[in-house]
Amino acid sequence: MMTWTKSGASRVAALAAVTLPLFASAALAAEAPTPNKGDTAFMMIAAVLVLLMTVPGLALFYGGLVRSKNMLSVLMQVFYSVAIVSVIWVVYGYSMAFTEGGLYNAFVGGFSKAFLSGVTPDSTVETFTRGVVIPEYVFIAFQLTFACITPALIAGAFAERMKFSAYALFIPLWVTIVYFPMAHMVWYWAGPEAIASAAKAIADAGADATKKAAAEAALAAANANAGLLFSWGALDFAGGTVVHINAGIAGLVGAIIIGKRVGYGREAMAPHSLTMTMIGASLLWVGWFGFNAGSALEAGGTAALAMINTFVATGAAALGWMIIENMTKGKPSLLGMVSGAVAGLVAVTPAAGFAGPMGSIVLGFVSGIVCFIFCSGIKNALGYDDALDVFGVHAVGGMIGAIGTGILAAPMLGGTGVFDYTTGKVGDFDMMTQVIAQAKGVGFTILWSGILSAILFKLVDIVVGLRPATDEEREGLDIVDHGERAYNY
Amino acid sequence: MKLITAVIKPFKLEEVRQALNDLGVQGMTVTEVKGFGRQKGHTEIYRGAEYAVSFLPKIKIEAVVASTDVDRAIAAITAAAKTGQIGDGKIFVSTIEKTVRIRTGESDLAAL
Repeated sequence: MMTWTKSGASRVAALAAVTLPLFASAALAAEAPTPNKGDTAFMMIAAVLVLLMTVPGLALFYGGLVRSKNMLSVLMQVFYSVAIVSVIWVVYGYSMAFTEGGLYNAFVGGFSKAFLSGVTPDSTVETFTRGVVIPEYVFIAFQLTFACITPALIAGAFAERMKFSAYALFIPLWVTIVYFPMAHMVWYWAGPEAIASAAKAIADAGADATKKAAAEAALAAANANAGLLFSWGALDFAGGTVVHINAGIAGLVGAIIIGKRVGYGREAMAPHSLTMTMIGASLLWVGWFGFNAGSALEAGGTAALAMINTFVATGAAALGWMIIENMTKGKPSLLGMVSGAVAGLVAVTPAAGFAGPMGSIVLGFVSGIVCFIFCSGIKNALGYDDALDVFGVHAVGGMIGAIGTGILAAPMLGGTGVFDYTTGKVGDFDMMTQVIAQAKGVGFTILWSGILSAILFKLVDIVVGLRPATDEEREGLDIVDHGERAYNY
Repeated sequence: MKLITAVIKPFKLEEVRQALNDLGVQGMTVTEVKGFGRQKGHTEIYRGAEYAVSFLPKIKIEAVVASTDVDRAIAAITAAAKTGQIGDGKIFVSTIEKTVRIRTGESDLAAL
């Protein structure tokens, strides 16, 4: 650890106010803290765990749920998403999400780090603890995996009926227009050092009015240098809004615009392999520890809290779905139990580092029950064909989690409260204020993703057409789009 | 010569095969089939989607025997395939005009 001299701290604050790409503290030169090897190793593993969630986890979870004639098309869609977004992320995605964006900084970053310009093995980014950093390449890789899985989640909504050429065009457009700005709005901020050092400068200024005014301006600049939802005070630990509500809404919009599968409601469309779905759901659970605990950005107590929450909320949600399904349908199904587990994972995502374990159990249990009601009742009543329940699990679970975070972060309910970097300790927690901030975040995400996704689906429809011909859809996308079949007995 | 077509529960196949073998039946053809009788089907539920599965998996056995053996074969199949539960299956008997063994050219009873 390092000690901050008065002059050093104010110099950093002044520098921060001028250069602005504060998230990276590489500019702090000789005084810059160095990464801890434990934190670095932990974050590398977390990034790989999120990849495990996507391929093969999500791919098998989805693949088992479709008919065997479309198995490969779903696996292909998930794999393609990871491949294309990995490349786009380092070309311009990371820069759009995690740099200062000038005039439009509230909504999107700039291109100052396009092609990872200026990033070296010595570059570092701050975690959520003042004076703690990790290598920037590790942070880029970790966030890359989030950008990869989010568009892949959408694929479940229009599974079995979207041309691969349309999907191949939609994914790069969607991450560029919808995801990168959304990640910026929720996760981009000045970082602990800029805020804490500016606050310290105000205190140190004492009676010197000029110095104090300059320090206050620096603090205001540091606080203002954040994405829109972050500046609203919306809490999203690991991506409830950015990943799950975002993808869930895009999926719903896509399912409605593309239309129902041929034969929907008349022909049996039973999952072709619930065994694979169970393997996939289990890999999702395992990988989600990287997703949630890794979102602490360092191997410490917050990561540990996220880890225990990811165990118990998931278990409670699986039980919640199983119990209500048994009560209403007469039998507890495996598909129900694993669906409940995923709903719980989604719900605990924004809350993982804020809620206590007991709060997370309640959150998970509620999400399992509500998502069951949505998927097995409300969806049928509304009549749209969200093939694999992307909206019913990810958007609905994400909303429960986002709002629930505002309640369960309360210290009186075992939560952590919200850390105030200007005072260096947990601030007073006003539940109503926090819930309103969360609700604003949810509402904004619904509008942002809903409107922009609809435009992109329409655009892709005009350019290449979204759907295969009816005969092709009946034959199955594996043969028609990919020229191969999943199983040759 | 008679063709015995028996539709039975899949897990009874081995017992029926053994019973016919014990009678001296030399061969049979087995097909995995689906169908329904009085047993009807069942309902499967995948999240919100409920499917009535009307056709249940069965095994169809076809064996040709000498006319004089038909009653004993029927008795053997009935005894072996019976569980007493609905859905045990059915036996159909029809007449066969001619049989030829391809390898040797033998015909009728000699070809069975």
